[in-house]
Amino acid sequence: MAEQSPLILVVEDEAQMRRFLRVALKNDGYRLVESETAKDALEQAAARSPDLVLLDLGLPDQDGLTVTERLREWSAAPIIVISARGREEDKIKALDAGADDYVTKPFGVGELLARIRVALRHTASSATGDSVFVIGDLKVDLGRRLVLVRDKEIHLTPIAYKLLTVLIKHAGRVVTHRQLLREVWGPNSSDHTQYLRVYMGQLRHKLEENPSRPAYLVTEPGVGYRIRTQE
Amino acid sequence: MNERPDPDELLRRVVEQEKLEKRGKHTIFFGAAPGVGKTYAMLEVARSEMEREKRDVVVGIVETHGRYETGALVLGLELVPRRRINYRGVGIDEFDLDAALARRPELILMDELAHTNAEGSRHPKRWQDVEELLDAGIDVFSTMNVQHVESLNDVIAKITGVVVRETVPDSVLERAHELKLIDLPPDDLLERLRDGKVYVSAQAQRAIENFFRKGNLIALRELALRHAAERVDAQMLAYRRAHGIEQTWATSDQILVAVSPSPYSARLIRAARRMSGALHARWFAVFVEAPSARGLSRSASAQLAQNLRLAERLGGEVVTLSGDDPTGEILRFARERNVTKIIVGKPVTMRLRDRFRGSLVDRLVRRSRDIDVYVTAGDPEQNAVAPETGPAPPLQVPSYLAAIVACAVSTGLGLLVFGRDQLPDVVMIYLLGIMLVSSRHAFGASIFAAFLSVAAFDYCFVPPYFTFAVADLRHVVTFAVMFLVAAVISGLTQRVRSQAESAREREKRTLALYDLSRELAGAHGSRRVIEVAAAQVERVFSSQVAVFTPLGNGALGKTYASADHHGPAERDLSVSQWVWSSCQEAGLGTATLPGGPTLFVPLMASGGIVGVLGLTPEQADRFGSITQRRQVDAFAAQMALAMERAELAEETERIRREVETEQLRSSLLSSVSHDLRTPLAVITGAASTLVESSKSLDEATRLDLTTTILEESERLNRLIRNLLDMTRLEAGTVKVKKEWQFIEEVVGAAMNRLEARLSERDVRISLPPDLPSVPFDLVLIEQVLINLLENALKYSDGPIEVRATSVPGEVTVEVADHGPGIPDGEEARVFEKFHRAVREGGPSGVGLGLAICRAIVAAHGGRIWARNREGGGASFGFSLPIEGEVPKLDLSEALEGSPPEPAHG
Repeated sequence: MAEQSPLILVVEDEAQMRRFLRVALKNDGYRLVESETAKDALEQAAARSPDLVLLDLGLPDQDGLTVTERLREWSAAPIIVISARGREEDKIKALDAGADDYVTKPFGVGELLARIRVALRHTASSATGDSVFVIGDLKVDLGRRLVLVRDKEIHLTPIAYKLLTVLIKHAGRVVTHRQLLREVWGPNSSDHTQYLRVYMGQLRHKLEENPSRPAYLVTEPGVGYRIRTQE
Repeated sequence: MNERPDPDELLRRVVEQEKLEKRGKHTIFFGAAPGVGKTYAMLEVARSEMEREKRDVVVGIVETHGRYETGALVLGLELVPRRRINYRGVGIDEFDLDAALARRPELILMDELAHTNAEGSRHPKRWQDVEELLDAGIDVFSTMNVQHVESLNDVIAKITGVVVRETVPDSVLERAHELKLIDLPPDDLLERLRDGKVYVSAQAQRAIENFFRKGNLIALRELALRHAAERVDAQMLAYRRAHGIEQTWATSDQILVAVSPSPYSARLIRAARRMSGALHARWFAVFVEAPSARGLSRSASAQLAQNLRLAERLGGEVVTLSGDDPTGEILRFARERNVTKIIVGKPVTMRLRDRFRGSLVDRLVRRSRDIDVYVTAGDPEQNAVAPETGPAPPLQVPSYLAAIVACAVSTGLGLLVFGRDQLPDVVMIYLLGIMLVSSRHAFGASIFAAFLSVAAFDYCFVPPYFTFAVADLRHVVTFAVMFLVAAVISGLTQRVRSQAESAREREKRTLALYDLSRELAGAHGSRRVIEVAAAQVERVFSSQVAVFTPLGNGALGKTYASADHHGPAERDLSVSQWVWSSCQEAGLGTATLPGGPTLFVPLMASGGIVGVLGLTPEQADRFGSITQRRQVDAFAAQMALAMERAELAEETERIRREVETEQLRSSLLSSVSHDLRTPLAVITGAASTLVESSKSLDEATRLDLTTTILEESERLNRLIRNLLDMTRLEAGTVKVKKEWQFIEEVVGAAMNRLEARLSERDVRISLPPDLPSVPFDLVLIEQVLINLLENALKYSDGPIEVRATSVPGEVTVEVADHGPGIPDGEEARVFEKFHRAVREGGPSGVGLGLAICRAIVAAHGGRIWARNREGGGASFGFSLPIEGEVPKLDLSEALEGSPPEPAHG
């Protein structure tokens, strides 16, 4: 990464938002391509192959969901969706269509930069194949199938373990209920959200110090779950 | 007299004029007999209208009977396609009223005005179709013969000996714009008949032969001419009235005709109609219902209904009076209404009672003073209802047994106690027995008792004994007295009993109405009013009930139907639509669609029609009697008024709510504008300071200003979030997606969301480990918790406690703080919109957070409350109901083929 800083495509129709993003991102050392419309965004993405796409869901010409789908047809660059609050459906659709994460308007710059870092790191780590995940007192050795809390081994049922590994695979990013169900229980079980809640509860009780104020396993209401990463 | 026309009369004329202007014009081609060329004349005029005046003319129906020249004329005119009605397996082509109304021509031709439509048509008579066309503003040409005029019906039957059943009410002719007399001398007509130019159907051949006698034709022609001339006369009179020429206006004759259930009454009614026509007088058809008339036989009440309907058709006002003294009632009414002439029928048979008290006619004449009384003889109408020869009332065996027992006991007592010497005492005993029998049993049994007693008395006590012979003729008088006593007593008893019974019946009716009004008084909302009224109607009339009221889109819809209501809904709806628009009753026993099983009554209130009531009685003849129909009308009127009242109340409520909403909106505006401006002012101020004087500021001040901007924008964000949430919740766009969730998870999510602001605060969470899962919407309940936590953050400094407890069927969550608590008496009001606990220098906010909580919890079917804790601080709690089945989960980990493994830890 020394040779050149990552290139981010910002798709946003509001000039003031672009201005703020420009300042914030450039200040953090990223290079920027800006785009106001969906059509332009797709062209820019093809021409410049950005390392990450920051996509506002409410665009004037096409909705962001379509852009996500079209991008995913050929690009693996992480997509972070920007959306308004209360539009959980839109977020889920975008995530299921292939977006990697989302931020809700209004957001602080710290939150946005953290998401960007996670997304970019993920592209890198999937290449290296990191096999040990650590956050706080929790350590998961994926290679040896070991889960340790404060260095004490924790026994998990196969499904709970599988669930944990799926979350770790997407560490720092939100994973929708559907994605989780598909990856843990198989393709035909996308309506078993109740199982998900029960196993999430189990995991929290085994891994968290205070399950009702979870430090690692976070619920994203109406969307899915996220496992935090060590910042 | 007054130079100017009477103002009432002027008003009446204006109203009539207005009605006439909207109505189509009716031209009747009027003839003396079939074959004079009415249809031909009509077609000719119509064609010239079309060709010269370029009017849109269609043929509704024309019977050309295959005659060549009339057929040829039709060829140039557009025909309304006929409707095929299947009647008893035979297809009949009938005029299609709906098609004609849909086509809306300027002028439509309707042959044979007096025609009777096939069963299943909307109206039984063609003239009713014509009326509807006229009401729709379509001009009509029609044809008819003089013998079809209702009021001339009996006169013509007398002249020709042919009874015409198809009649047209005089009012139709009177309202006609023009009456065109088509005249043909009898000789010419007879010649046409011989030439075969007059259509005669095979079955009518014989009747027609009698009909087309020269004498008949001359008489009919005279009648037709006279009728047409009378009309001209009436028009002249109308003209004179309209131009104030009539100096001696206000003849103000009013005619009353006394109607009875007798078939002779129809003639009287026609006579009254003719007289009123000649005098241009208003007329009443009056029936006096004696309380004992309850016993009217079915055929009599049907005949009465037919008579009264006839009077109504002929334009009379039908009045039913009630009282035991018909003469008195009639005269009282006559004086009330300034009636000048009374028409009564000549009694056909002299009743015994009339011998003593005089007949109705005698009494009327005697007591009428200044009112003229006309006595008319009558023949029964041909189409009178046949007197019922139904089964006689069944023999009441117990009554006759009682008579035998009474007689036997009397005889026994007489023999044992008095013997044969004290005959007067024995007679007394017998009389006692007869009296007892007659006071309790029917007339027949009383007479039977009298007969038995006389026989027994004669046999046992009157010498020669044990024979029925009578030695002393004086005893015959004794026998007669015994019979007389039996007759008088049983007559009196009967009368008292029937009066009591009719009083009971009356009371039942009044009670039913009273019940209805009482129940309606307790009903709130139109829906409830309809249900209550319909249930009462159902019960009182043992009918299935349907109520139709206008829906939001203006169309009529069925708002209520009896549980077991069935029948063609489509048809009911279209009939009720017709009733709605015409404000007239239809269906069973009425003039419109009388064949149907359902009676449709318009629900007329003071402000107009409010709905249509459909009654399907269990027995089709349920509404045959006048009393029943009046009862239905009374119920309908009550119901309509209650419905109107309920609608008005709803309207008032709606307006009140609108005003309240308006007030709320303005208080929202003032509150919101204040709360939005404050953070904006701070942001603007801080940001402008940074822009304008950044150089002169030190690092610490700059940081302070930027932090202020950040905090204020976060506050603004919360405010807008609350406003949006409230708007969404109130607009009903928020869908509660209940899923089985864990309280722990939602608490965790809320804590996570508020992490930044809660990090410096001590938050104590206590959730019991056995807390069940609860169906709720995670996103919405998270919002409730966030709002409650923010509230606690805002109003207190100490630790915050979050607790959950559960009882069967319910989970309760509480958020408590150690702040100053809620001011006394404000515990419930804190959940109101824009309410804020008033506190000097306290934190500000729009006061929506708790209102949002209340709305969300209410949408979940739960409760929310606020209270002050003992030892200080406020506690806000809400409960969520646990309803339905917890989904059964298979946690044996057999999914995806993984082998089950016991969970550790």
